[in-house]
Amino acid sequence: MDYGSLLQILDSTLRLATPLLLACIAGLYSERAGVFDIGLEGKMLVAAMASGAVAASGMTLVFSIPYASTEIVLVSPVVFGLLAGILASLLFALLHAVTSITFRGNQLIAGVALNFLASGLTVLVAQSLFGQGGRTPPLEGNARFNPINLPFADAVKDVPVIGPFYHEVISGHSILVYAAFAIVAVTWWVMYRTRFGLRLRGVGENPAAVDTAGVSVKGLRFSAVMITGVLCGLAGAYMATALQAGFGKEMTAGRGYIALAALIFAKWRPVQAMYACLLFGFFQALALRPDVVESVVRIKVPVPFLDALPYLLTVFVLAGFVGKAIPPRAGGEPYVKER
Amino acid sequence: MDRLPRWADLALVPFVSLTLAAIISALVIIAIGQDPWEAITVMVQGSVMNAYGWGYTLYYATSFIFTGLAVTVAFHAGLFNIGGEGQAQLGGLGVALACLFIPWPHWSLALIGAALGAALFGAAWAAIPAYLQAKRGSHIVITTIMFNYIAGSLMIYLLVDVLRPPGKMDPATASFPPEMHLPSFNEIPGLNAIFDTGVPANVTFFIALIMAVVVWALLWRTRLGYQIRAFGKSEPAARYAGINPTRIIMIAMLISGGMAGLMAINNVMGEAERLLGNSASGAGFIGIAVALMGRNHPVGVVLAAILFGFLFQGGAELGLWTKIPIELRTVVQGLVILFTGALDMMVRMLLVKIFALFRSNRMEAA
Repeated sequence: MDYGSLLQILDSTLRLATPLLLACIAGLYSERAGVFDIGLEGKMLVAAMASGAVAASGMTLVFSIPYASTEIVLVSPVVFGLLAGILASLLFALLHAVTSITFRGNQLIAGVALNFLASGLTVLVAQSLFGQGGRTPPLEGNARFNPINLPFADAVKDVPVIGPFYHEVISGHSILVYAAFAIVAVTWWVMYRTRFGLRLRGVGENPAAVDTAGVSVKGLRFSAVMITGVLCGLAGAYMATALQAGFGKEMTAGRGYIALAALIFAKWRPVQAMYACLLFGFFQALALRPDVVESVVRIKVPVPFLDALPYLLTVFVLAGFVGKAIPPRAGGEPYVKER
Repeated sequence: MDRLPRWADLALVPFVSLTLAAIISALVIIAIGQDPWEAITVMVQGSVMNAYGWGYTLYYATSFIFTGLAVTVAFHAGLFNIGGEGQAQLGGLGVALACLFIPWPHWSLALIGAALGAALFGAAWAAIPAYLQAKRGSHIVITTIMFNYIAGSLMIYLLVDVLRPPGKMDPATASFPPEMHLPSFNEIPGLNAIFDTGVPANVTFFIALIMAVVVWALLWRTRLGYQIRAFGKSEPAARYAGINPTRIIMIAMLISGGMAGLMAINNVMGEAERLLGNSASGAGFIGIAVALMGRNHPVGVVLAAILFGFLFQGGAELGLWTKIPIELRTVVQGLVILFTGALDMMVRMLLVKIFALFRSNRMEAA
């Protein structure tokens, strides 16, 4: 394998890891607060559909300068799309929160229900809006998040080894890719360096203790699930407006579950979650280039095997071969103040 | 919280949940600019108003009885098996291997052999998650999800690279020999008076009904069933009573996986007569909705499975004759799971309040 194809694979690793990372960090907030979320997939899917649909509508906010014929685009369609995606995902998160926190329903069953609802509703809505077999129209121009060239990307292009790496792999992604990595840092800081984070983790381990301290368990869990909604919204919007150009039926294709696997793989810690998502993104990138894999390992590796690798690795972790993955202790249990 | 009367618990709670799901489905249909009344008319016309429709409704119901029973058995042990989909796909592999490589002289023997293969493979696929839950404490929900995806990849690999006959393009096995054809309803003497055209519903339907009885007898009439239910109600209590948790988890999950696997004799052997990609086509997941709506009782499971068979066949008719996409059935499925599974408490609270209102009125009158 030459350096060029390695760079290509690393480049797609970053692109493919981003939705996993956003969804994984989303799940981290909810699960650290004690609400298991297997509905990440559904939240991503509704966000992808909503952002694809709104971005396709071409909704724009422009400011026309008086007496001049120039117009300044204040908010482009893709930003409206992003907001719509976040909103849709938030609605689903709210449903999840009301079901599993207010009515103390089974969190896992609620997640399963949300995934089916999302899978069906997205097609129904997209079909009734656009009549294109459940897809949204293809997006182009400012209806998508376009690649950003980082400073000096062209200048350092010819520097050996590092230059192409910076130019090909680090530079040239959409803003959401960089945002995802920034969110990892922010999440680490929120979780381990703020009062909110301490309480959030407390609610996931021992809600009674947090309750005794006079902090609302339900309030904390609600806010955690809402943060999950926002981040899943970002993940879904990225799918429809950056990774691909528009929404397609079932376009998340199990990414919510891979994100869940990554979260377990990372033992519910943000920085490790980033590594796990990069690893799983790398597998997805490899699955797109079976020729490269074959030239490296010298035997034909079936593509389905590469697809299954994230799940296989997670099962290995769960089996306790690579250190034990212990979920937040109060996870899955609705909190009842008094019996 | 006050208790509900038994009849309300058994019949009223699912009825109210179902009504709520139906109302929201109707609102969804209105929201996408279609007519809910037309939708329900088309669904009823196409699925239960003639023998042909019933032939499909019962065919789908057969699969759902198996997967619903699978979820039910695990539920009674306090385990949420959402791996029915993967287990059913592996069951399909068991059926295909039994039918392709063993020369059965007659369909009845083939059915027994294929059923054993299906149950064995399904159970084997549930065994690893069960072991990890029992011995390592890894959550069964997560491992069974992972195993669904691993099963999907494994089946793609096997169908594309191993089992596909040479020269064929589509990822599927060769067709099974004609001797293994299971009698459909239109080929069974007596029933063929009603079903005069070819329908996919086949003898497997009766096996599904027998299995429902077997599961009932197992859970409520045997020592093992008692142990499973005791373990599901309270693990510490069961442990204190000398019930071995590892044994119960393993047995319950093996039965559950075997049930899900058995589904394959209906769709793979009874209908497709070869193993296709994504053979379970979501029936494993529908088992969750069926078990929740059937209150985890075999009788309820059979009724709920027939209702979902109606939904499935009716949904397909919608896709054919109206502008409502076939995906409506996924929405209804999600709503049913939401209301009967996750919002169960809400419905109960509501009913308890209504009952309390009646009770206080009666006391004032007296």
